[in-house]
Amino acid sequence: MTDSGMQLAAVGFGTDVWWLILLKAVLIFAFCVVMTLFAIWWERKVVAWMQMRIGPKYTGPQGLLQSLADGVKLALKEDITVKGADKAVYIIAPIVAMVPAFMAFAVIPFGPEVSIFGHRTHLQLTDLPVAVLYILAVASVGIYGIVLAGWSSGSTYPLLGGLRSSAQMISYEIAMGLSFAAVFLYSGSMSTSEIVAAQQDTWYAVLLPVSFIIYVVAMIGETNRAPFDLPEAEGELVGGFHTEYSSLKFALFFLAEYVNMVVVSSLATTLFLGGYLAPWPITAVWEGANSGWWPFLWYFLKVQAFIFVFIWLRGTLPRFRYDQFMKIGWKVLIPLSLVWLMLVATVRALKNEGYEQSRIVLWVAGGVVALLLLSILWDAVTPNRDEEADAKAAGPEPFDPMAGGFPVPPMPGQQLPPVPRRNVRKPEPVGAPAAAELPADRTEGEA
Amino acid sequence: MNLAVAEHGFLSPTGAEIAFVLIGLVVLGSALLVVTTRQVVHAALWLVVTLGGLAAEYLLLTAEFIAWVQVLIYVGAVVVLLLFGLMLTKAPIGYSEPPDSAARIPAAVVALGATATLLTVIVDAFRTAYLHLGDDTVGSTEVTGQSLFKVWVLPFEVLSVLLLAALIGAIVLSRSRSRAHSGRKD
Repeated sequence: MTDSGMQLAAVGFGTDVWWLILLKAVLIFAFCVVMTLFAIWWERKVVAWMQMRIGPKYTGPQGLLQSLADGVKLALKEDITVKGADKAVYIIAPIVAMVPAFMAFAVIPFGPEVSIFGHRTHLQLTDLPVAVLYILAVASVGIYGIVLAGWSSGSTYPLLGGLRSSAQMISYEIAMGLSFAAVFLYSGSMSTSEIVAAQQDTWYAVLLPVSFIIYVVAMIGETNRAPFDLPEAEGELVGGFHTEYSSLKFALFFLAEYVNMVVVSSLATTLFLGGYLAPWPITAVWEGANSGWWPFLWYFLKVQAFIFVFIWLRGTLPRFRYDQFMKIGWKVLIPLSLVWLMLVATVRALKNEGYEQSRIVLWVAGGVVALLLLSILWDAVTPNRDEEADAKAAGPEPFDPMAGGFPVPPMPGQQLPPVPRRNVRKPEPVGAPAAAELPADRTEGEA
Repeated sequence: MNLAVAEHGFLSPTGAEIAFVLIGLVVLGSALLVVTTRQVVHAALWLVVTLGGLAAEYLLLTAEFIAWVQVLIYVGAVVVLLLFGLMLTKAPIGYSEPPDSAARIPAAVVALGATATLLTVIVDAFRTAYLHLGDDTVGSTEVTGQSLFKVWVLPFEVLSVLLLAALIGAIVLSRSRSRAHSGRKD
């Protein structure tokens, strides 16, 4: 960490005046809500453009007030509580989904020290020595909102949605946490402001590209967004966990989803893209890019870029099947992040022992090449099991779509058994039949 | 944290101490509700309150790292898995029949015995231990890590081996069952 980095992360949290803390809290709340309104409009616009449509247009300039109108409409709708629901849990669930999303914002750094009404203060509500851990913990509490909403509705589809979301979030949280661990190894701290300050020279997205990619995939899984929006897959589960919710309770789930999007985008910005620090070409030509209130602009632009990626993915990719989704989580992301973490830890340890940079790179590259060679050798020696399995599936054992007790579509390489069909009838001639073809008793009256 | 640091005497408790006792009562009460409630899912939710209360106690003892790890792992993963299991099998809304009462008395005996053993061991081991909260770093990540990997490294590793064994056992059990039942139609 450089000296200037230490200055940026100067201690001084928890010393603000009470009205300043209150002001910051209210501003953060307002920021979240406005971002939600904007993100909903932006999402509808972008997806519309991607599909050659126009999108919301009439409510306010360019339809900017559309989400506000939708919010008012939701508030005025009838608030239905399902008869078979577990009342207390049914009411608590949307609150539990929403509150943690807002709580996570307490430790997001929006900018460095600025002056508000003559007081020097950080553009961050507070900071903890374990801030990133705090965000992870708070986000994991948010799962309860979805799980309990699904369960307490007393209905099958929501229950399935809740089940899916709990499995999904647990699986992707592991990969997420592991991708953070590499950042902690480099920054030597779990405090968000110090992690930003440690990225003065190089962003961690450049230093730790694999962690960055794993985090981006995991964050989309965490927020239940397309292509990982299985808990609310409308083609399979009606509306998923919020099927039975209406009015403002439903609006709270909506709000939670979008605030969560902003939270994970902010976290990605903070941990990997240098937080509020200005990007490189700007700092090269403009000295004051990191002073005053400007950093807030950089933070905002980076978060918006992530939100655009969210929308872009939704407009581009079809939804994953559930087993594919779980396979990516457990068989790709987690092993990959474990191996990557080992690699990062080894490099850090070698550096601490005082080895030269070039020598470390040589060793690591040598190890990777050796592993690759070994894997190629392994592939050459062992017979290809996939092909065998395919041959087996296609050959002697015909694909039985009802093998699991319910019909499933064929996997790639499998063939549906021929469907028994009625014999094709002889095509009947159109128009009045010739007199010679008709049976004798039908010739009169009918022709 | 400043509250816990403040000077105090034996009979004039500080705000942090009062909060500690009150949260302790909440933890105890919700723990009792876990085992007495007739609604299975509510029992899991009371467990969340219990474990969350414990996290709050850790925070009062200035152990931030342990507190948030407690929330992350126990509240965020273990109980969610528990709920997941419940919903996969049976999670009725409303009251459910109590489980068979044949094993109730032996279970109570075992539970009481385990409680007594644990209490004796913990009280005996930590009767004279004293934690000076005036020092800010007493519960920090660094101190926790040092003691975990220097003093308590053997129990830590033994525990991880135990967990690994349980994991492998679960895999073996589920695999052998699926092989025996392969091709079933239900």
